[in-house]
Amino acid sequence: MNKSVKQKTASHELPATQLDPSVRAARDEKIQVAMIGLCGCWGCTLSFLDMDETLLRLLEKVNITRSSLTDVKRIPHRCAIGFVEGGIANDENIETLEHFRENCDILISVGACAVWGGVPAMRNVVPLEECFREAYLDVPTAEPGTEPLIPYHPDIPRITTKVYPCHEVVKMDYFIPGCPPDGAAIFKVLDDLVNGREVGLPKSINRYD
Amino acid sequence: MSVRITIDGKEYKAGDGATLVDVAADNGVYIPTLCYKRGKPCLGTCRTCSVRVNGNVMAACTVPVADGMEVEVNEPEVANMRKMLVELLFSEGNHNCPSCEKSGRCELQAVGYELEMMVSRFPYRFPVRPREHAAKHIWLERDRCIFCQRCVQFIRDRETGQKIFSIDHRGSHASIEIDVKLADRMPPEQVREAARLCPVGCILEKGVGYDQPIGKRKFEIKSIRERALERERQ
Repeated sequence: MNKSVKQKTASHELPATQLDPSVRAARDEKIQVAMIGLCGCWGCTLSFLDMDETLLRLLEKVNITRSSLTDVKRIPHRCAIGFVEGGIANDENIETLEHFRENCDILISVGACAVWGGVPAMRNVVPLEECFREAYLDVPTAEPGTEPLIPYHPDIPRITTKVYPCHEVVKMDYFIPGCPPDGAAIFKVLDDLVNGREVGLPKSINRYD
Repeated sequence: MSVRITIDGKEYKAGDGATLVDVAADNGVYIPTLCYKRGKPCLGTCRTCSVRVNGNVMAACTVPVADGMEVEVNEPEVANMRKMLVELLFSEGNHNCPSCEKSGRCELQAVGYELEMMVSRFPYRFPVRPREHAAKHIWLERDRCIFCQRCVQFIRDRETGQKIFSIDHRGSHASIEIDVKLADRMPPEQVREAARLCPVGCILEKGVGYDQPIGKRKFEIKSIRERALERERQ
């Protein structure tokens, strides 16, 4: 049996309970935001939650569509803002980022990984072959008696030779550095965008670490 | 003798021959610097203090003031040039702040904040430069070096006056080197001085690191701008 046969039904196509029309309408009026983590640790998404109660203020104007918080796995309709965490380390990351670029008006690089590659980019100074050897062949935690193997399967995204910042793959509009950025920094940028102000990150909340 | 100069259209009095970057700081005008250390001879290597003097772009740490000098510091084009130079430094080395011992005490990072840098407009190069561990008390994270030459000029063997640090090769092959024999003769306070003098996290003292909590590190207590304007000498 061929294991790589594509699944016919994606999770977002499964039947779901319809939202109450008034709730639906209220959500549709808001500014649509999609969020994604590429090659990162999801720490920036957690930092997004660190806005604490200011998050409620933001949610009055914003509807979060696709994100790990809502567990929505597709961008359901065109979004005004795309929140991108993580850098580019495999072909699935590239595909997802391009999908975000096509479906969002504004894309924000959030965190060190999205801005310049971050911790995953530390492998950029080591040849990929050596990385694989260390991770899969000469790995000290290998199960005894098993044959060392580099995983390769059509379902597994192919890794890129180097890790890239998002803006080297598609155009990114704004950048929030930090590992992770402070909740206040994320709020400042989103609040500026939502209220139509010029985006600025004052140096008091700009951090690279 | 005192002279009159204008900075961004405002007139200031200054001692004839005083260094422009100091004159600006004394009058509350911050010009970012990385290689320049007040009280020490000018190196003029990093160019981060570039300003326009009588229409020409010059490094402010190399310019002695003269009567009638017209200086532009915060004019957008020249300010953008300075920011570009700092962005170049960030993309030229591996400046991974989250994993760097110097973070919070790093002058390059602090200047990046002052210039409100979010990202480098240049492609990040990820250079491969091997670390140097040979000396007993000091090691070099070479991919962070910005070739300011502070260590080369100002850290010398206390007996012979010989240079301990040097730069080998040129251009993209340039590499910071250490004379291990002389380095092993450095007293502990000189090791610390060398690590402190390094504006980035290249020269590091062995056996210490991450010893200051986040929020209490040097430039978090007081920004590099405030320190520069307060005539801080170290």
